[in-house]
Parts: sequence; C-alpha cells; structure tokens
Amino acid sequence: MSFITGVGLTAYGRHEGKSTLDLMSEAASLAIADAGLTRGEIDGILCGYSTVMPHIMLATVFAEHFGIRPAYCHAVQVGGATGLAMMMLAHHVADAGLARHVLVVGGENRLTGQSRDASIQALAQVGHPVYEVPLGPTIPAYYGLVASRYMHEFGVTEEDLAEFAVLMRANAATHPGAQFHDLITIADVMASKPVASPLKLLDCCPVSDGGAALVISREPTGDAAVRIAGCAQAHTHQHVTMIPAFDDMGAAISLGRAKAASGMDVGDVRYAGIYDSFTITLAMLLEELGLAARGEAAAMMRAGHFSRDGALPLNTHGGLLSYGHCGVGGAMAHAVETYLQMTGHAGTRQVRDASVALLHGDGGVLSSHVSMFLERVR
Amino acid sequence: MSGAQRLPDWTGGEPAIVYQHCAACGHVQYFQRKFCSACGIPEPAAKKANGKGVVYATSLVMRAATPETKAHVPYNIVLVDTAEGFRMMAHGDRDLVIGDTVAVRFERFTDRIIPVFQKESEAP
Repeated sequence: MSFITGVGLTAYGRHEGKSTLDLMSEAASLAIADAGLTRGEIDGILCGYSTVMPHIMLATVFAEHFGIRPAYCHAVQVGGATGLAMMMLAHHVADAGLARHVLVVGGENRLTGQSRDASIQALAQVGHPVYEVPLGPTIPAYYGLVASRYMHEFGVTEEDLAEFAVLMRANAATHPGAQFHDLITIADVMASKPVASPLKLLDCCPVSDGGAALVISREPTGDAAVRIAGCAQAHTHQHVTMIPAFDDMGAAISLGRAKAASGMDVGDVRYAGIYDSFTITLAMLLEELGLAARGEAAAMMRAGHFSRDGALPLNTHGGLLSYGHCGVGGAMAHAVETYLQMTGHAGTRQVRDASVALLHGDGGVLSSHVSMFLERVR
Repeated sequence: MSGAQRLPDWTGGEPAIVYQHCAACGHVQYFQRKFCSACGIPEPAAKKANGKGVVYATSLVMRAATPETKAHVPYNIVLVDTAEGFRMMAHGDRDLVIGDTVAVRFERFTDRIIPVFQKESEAP
C-alpha cells in the first residue's frame, strides 16, 4: 500500500532569477510541510531532469542541496510522463518497504533560464536524430501530424480542439498560481498564430518556470488518506514515424493494466487529471481512455460534462495548457490538484465528489504512458 | 554478406530512400540497424525504395526553432506510407492531403538534401 501524504506546488510562469534547484526546493518544502513531516523523515527521493540544468545525477545533487541523506535516491526520465512514472515508482518503493516517505520532486526555470528557441530545439530532439530531426520538425509538428490524422479518421475539427483550450483557460482563471488568467473564446483560439497545422498558439501549452512535489508514504500521516490504488505503464514507440495505429495505442494499453492493478474501472472515476500538452493530446487521451467515445470528447465538453460542476471535472487548475508546463513538474501539477480535490482542499475550485480519480500522462509523442487510479479511503 | 551492405541515401547526401528487408521474417524497417527489429536476425538486406507512397499525415510548420530552419518557413512535414510497406517522415508540397498518392523528389533544406513528396500525377 502507499498513500499521497503531502503536496507542494509553486505558481507557474516567470520566476526571474530562480534556478532549477530553487524551484525544486520550494516545492519540496511545501510538500513536506503539507505531509506534517520534517525533512529528516524523508528517506527516499525521486526527481526527473531539467533541460536548463542537465546532470547525470540530478537526484543526489538535489538531495545534497536540500540537506537530505536518503536511503533511496535517483532520477527518472520519461519526458512528460516522468512525474507520474516517479509517483508509480514511489508507490512501489514505499510498498516494498525500501523507504517510508518518498519525496517526488520536479522543477525547472525553463522559461527564464534559456531562450524559447533553445527550449523548442531541446524538445525537438525527442525526434529521430537521423531520420526526423534533419527535416526541421518541432514538438508541435509531431503533434500536428498526429492531429491531422486523428481529425481525418474521427471527424474532429479545429473548432472542436479549441474547446479544450477554452475550458483549461476557464479553469486556470480560478487558480491564483496559473500562468494565464485571461478568458479566451473559440474565436480567439482559431485566430491565434499558426504554429504547426492544425495547431495554433492557443492549442499549445506554454513554456514555464515552476516546481511541484508530492510525498508518497507507506502509511497516512494525517487525517486525510488518498491511496494509490493501482498504476501501470505502456511504451509502444519513441518516434512519431513509428506511432502505432489508433486502435493499438499506448494509453488504452496502460489503462488496461492499471485497471487490473487497481481493480477499478473508468466508470468509478469522479475526477480526472489528464495530460494536455496540446489540445489534440487531451482530446485523444480522453477518447483513448474511454472517458469519451471516439470523436465525442469535444461535444461532451460543450455539454459541460468535463466542467467543474459537470459529471467528470478535469484539470481544474488549468492543465498544462493554462496553468503552465515547466517540464517534469508540468503533469505533477495535475497530481497536486487531484490530491487537493480528493481531500477537499481545493477552495473555490472544489468539486462535489472526487472520491476516485484517474491520472494519465504521456511522454514523447504519445510514446510512453502512465495511468494511475487514486482512491480516498478516509 | 550482401545484407551488411549499407546503400547510400538522403541521410548521407545521396538522393535516394533506402530501407531494410528481413529475408527470414519478411519485416521491413526504415530506421537502419544491424539486425531485424522484429525477429533479431542480423544483417537485413538494404534496398532502394521506389519513392512512391500514400500520405498518412501532414503538418505545415510556421514556427521553426533554429536560424537555418526559420529561413525555410513555412514547410510541410509529412508522414508517407511507402509502396514497400514502411512509414517515413519527409517534406511535402503544400497542396498535399491525407490519402494522396505521391512520388518523391529531392531538394536542398538547410545544408542537406531531403526527400520532398509531391502528387504522383504531377511527378515528371
């Protein structure tokens, strides 16, 4: 068994003058305090990577900097899926008794620590160095390719995709830590600058500075108890050239394994934290995961199904699209928000019922997937 | 040992598309390796593709990240399912849509030669 016992999240956006380690430390301090622990009680640390601060041993660099000598400590790298992959590993580390309290931490000054071109260029390197990168693709182009095909096969339109950007912005407007608070319309998304067709600027998540952390423990440390009920992964390919057909993609495979591990099903889910690097990512994942029928996610969104007071509230902090994306910390913000919703601490954003939640993240170009069911047990 | 032979292709500056075919299991692969990624048998045979296929996906890049690629914006990135059965990334003419049958030509992009697909009906 393992439980999420504390969470920490900085605002996302510009943190002028702060380093990767500063942002990781801020989030870590918040999470440890939230768990009611002292840093000396943390005996496991998992961290991700930072494109601004590449290092072969980032976890121990952080542990030394933060002042912890853990029994278990290393980095994990699965692109955008890193945060959830770390949570999955922390679950198993705690469950196996290798550590009692595992700190999972991500953070990066990706926005102010390097130029936007440098960020875009660094990320494009997930493409094949010989057969893809020389052609000048960008991450939006990889997802643009996927979007063009998905829209072709399932009749999804650009206006449909815009719905997801509009909802994420409406959610972000209610969170003081979000990078963007100005409400947008479908027309705004449609009129935003073309980036890589069919994706426009407002279909893409921003580059952000920020940090996020969670403590995952063998036993609950406070009154609330959110149990990691079961989690799983799937890895079908790395490069978009090798992406499988839509009926054989990783999200559904990973979800199937997580269902088996948790004994839960999608019908049990009352709240969802779903990776939304682009509007197409969110639309596809909702449909891949069975939270919406093929080609129906946008219509369900228009009908309010995924709104805060709807049947299945989603990314109530604003997601990557509008809370922001600082790399490893990006999807960890979904996990932090999910925990706040499950424990009734989401303030003005609180949903009616978040007793069971589903988290899903992807890394690369829908390459690596992690699915996780969470259950509030008290 | 003809299977170990590496035919020159666009990734090395030759105007050609090359793939590998495994005589043992019939698998075709585009990213070249010293073994078949389906069955593991060493040295699949290198073959030259005929440069024809069908458009699987397209994305017109309007925002590039390097000074060299910015000079070419906009450019159309395409995935093409080739006649030989593998999928590849390339550039394509702006008028291509999913499902078009296409043929390749080669053009300069940054400091390289790259494959660019056009509608087969318009091929020379």
